[in-house]
Amino acid sequence: MAKDHAGGPEDLENLIAEVLEAYPAKAQKKRAKHLSVAGATSEDADAVTGIASKCDTVKSNIKSVPGVMTIRGCAYAGSKGVVWGPIKDMVHISHGPVGCGHYSWSQRRNYYTGKTGVDSFVTMQFTTDFQEKDIVFGGDKKLEKTIDEINTLFPLANGITIQSECPIGLIGDDIEAVSKKKNKEINKTIVPVRCEGFRGVSQSLGHHIANDAVRDWIFEQPESENTKAFEPGPYDVNIIGDYNIGGDAWASRILLEEIGLNVIGCWSGDATLAEMERAPKAKLNLIHCYRSMNYICRYMEEKYSIGWMEYNFFGPTQIEASLRAIGAKFDETIQANVEKVIAKYRPLVDGILAKYKPRLEGKSVMLYVGGLRPRHVVTAYDDLGMVIAGTGYEFAHNDDYKRTGHYVKEGTLIYDDVTGYELEKFIEKIRPDLVGSGIKEKYPVQKMGIPFRQMHSWDYSGPYHGYDGFAIFARDMDMAINNPVWGLFDAPWDKAPIAAE
Amino acid sequence: MGKLRQIAFYGKGGIGKSTTSQNTLAALVEMGQKILIVGCDPKADSTRLILNTKLQDTVLHLAAEAGSVEDLEVEDVVKIGYKGIKCTEAGGPEPGVGCAGRGVITAINFLEENGAYDDVDYVSYDVLGDVVCGGFAMPIRENKAQEIYIVMSGEMMALYAANNIAKGILKYANSGGVRLGGLICNERQTDRELELAEALAAKLGCKMIHFVPRNNIVQHAELRRETVIQYAPESSQAQEYRQLAEKIHNNSGKGVIPTPITMEELEEMLMDFGIMQSEEDREKQIAEMEAAIKA
Repeated sequence: MAKDHAGGPEDLENLIAEVLEAYPAKAQKKRAKHLSVAGATSEDADAVTGIASKCDTVKSNIKSVPGVMTIRGCAYAGSKGVVWGPIKDMVHISHGPVGCGHYSWSQRRNYYTGKTGVDSFVTMQFTTDFQEKDIVFGGDKKLEKTIDEINTLFPLANGITIQSECPIGLIGDDIEAVSKKKNKEINKTIVPVRCEGFRGVSQSLGHHIANDAVRDWIFEQPESENTKAFEPGPYDVNIIGDYNIGGDAWASRILLEEIGLNVIGCWSGDATLAEMERAPKAKLNLIHCYRSMNYICRYMEEKYSIGWMEYNFFGPTQIEASLRAIGAKFDETIQANVEKVIAKYRPLVDGILAKYKPRLEGKSVMLYVGGLRPRHVVTAYDDLGMVIAGTGYEFAHNDDYKRTGHYVKEGTLIYDDVTGYELEKFIEKIRPDLVGSGIKEKYPVQKMGIPFRQMHSWDYSGPYHGYDGFAIFARDMDMAINNPVWGLFDAPWDKAPIAAE
Repeated sequence: MGKLRQIAFYGKGGIGKSTTSQNTLAALVEMGQKILIVGCDPKADSTRLILNTKLQDTVLHLAAEAGSVEDLEVEDVVKIGYKGIKCTEAGGPEPGVGCAGRGVITAINFLEENGAYDDVDYVSYDVLGDVVCGGFAMPIRENKAQEIYIVMSGEMMALYAANNIAKGILKYANSGGVRLGGLICNERQTDRELELAEALAAKLGCKMIHFVPRNNIVQHAELRRETVIQYAPESSQAQEYRQLAEKIHNNSGKGVIPTPITMEELEEMLMDFGIMQSEEDREKQIAEMEAAIKA
């Protein structure tokens, strides 16, 4: 059913031109810079993937063209959803009118342990619910009251963050002063985050602002009792910027612990304030989503001389390469453990590949997801013998596109901040065997008769990280692509009549 | 009763907008007009001379106390002052907090929706010095003030401000019906003040409505929280305000779309009047001074 996309790069160049035709001249010119085909490069092939292509020909991290349907989020979404939201024992206040809080409520499937409403608050939603008078007279008093109420109702909350919505920046409320005052009064960490949605071009700036808030309001504060009491060990590491969708954090953690490391903090999944506070005592920061958390890792490197490295736990090839690279940062014991762990999971991997690879080999995939998944998950598909036909990021920067060249081959369609219209057209023309994107894209794509998996939420499945995750990932992709429903796509009365008996 | 006329007074901070507007309105009420004053300044001092006291209950403070503006009645916020002039103040936050502009929008919408504008001939808006954001431009937007009177003087900054306000009016003139009623020059006794005001009016394409001479009696009246009309009805200054009121009353529908000038043109105009030196002149002067010192 799927059309072979192997018409070559020329075909795709023509397709881009065709899709752009629908725009007025100015928008056409602007959007053209964000669409490209991975080209040839003189750089050496990646040691793990064996791939080298040039993807950083597209422009990125630029304001979306007004009038298009962009899939991007805002700075508030970046701070609340990605950086702060997963800290489970802190209450995160959506400061401003109720809408931003409501629509960002439990958007990411951040799993955590703990009693919700008692010592953990991830799936709860707190807001100062601004009314007209709070805009006119300022909302600082209401914020103070909200903090008091939270402190009374949830005494086991270890801290509070204030996630600013747009109006806070417009009316100039002094949330820093409120934070300092309330910190003295209730003796809990209070972090003001200036992540007003109008700042920056996407959620990317929100990540940066939230990282800076970690620096200013956690690291540069007097050391907490928890941190003072913490005894660092030689194998302490932090997991930073893990996607943690549907339990990814644990699937990653297991592997690191199996190779003998001690995970003292797992920031973006099942994290506590104490984990964040003691992060500077680790030996190494392991960063998965580089784009959202590199800032704080760089800071920790400068200030506390903690090294950091990127890793990728999607698909056995990358898992093995990442585990070995992590092991190389430690002693021979760890390195020996790495080999043992890899050997231990080999039968599992072989089993998965034996079962699913024949069913998926050669199938083409188009991706458009948040974070750095547009390249991170590529190797998991690759391990199953699947081919990436097109990929692109919502909010990546140029360095991310550069790295994408190590993951996707020449001739892959690359689209940055792709618009609803463009993506639909690309999918329609390329007709891949699978599309991995979000909830908005899911139903239109399925109506085109193309299998689809949500890759923002793992389509309510997961985890996809680690070896355990790979098994689930392979099963889910198979389930989507080889679902018998796609054979029933044409109405029975449109089919050729069955020969009379 | 004729059609409701909505006018607004704008001008540089401290130029005397509130004083001029209240005196003019006191004179208008003598002419039998029914008037509503809407103070659009968080300081809430636009109705002090009419009420003979500072209005305490502003729309926004009462609304904040009651919960929201929906909980207010128009009677709660409209007070009656000199000869039946209705007075109301938008109010707003203390300096440095919140958003006073949003407050002005809220207050004006409330008054309009709740019938405060029924049964009056004039609604007069007194807006704080600088149109700092959209909220303070509310009275010049659609369906609000039709005529703007800019209070100014011969001082350079007042001229700048007047020109800027004209730019604001021009912005909304085509989408709404707002027009520049004219300039009111509040004498500061600067050089060639009247001529300068007239020259600016000519540049803006509007009328110089009235030249209000400086008179200390205004201060005396103000210290007693009264207009000159009330304090010294027979004084020459009261006559001036009556003339101004008469002119504004007869200016109905005669407002214009202003033609604001560029900064360079404004500076040129000041140079022509010998108020500002050109760069060459200044250099020449410095050279002369240096020569004098050497000698």
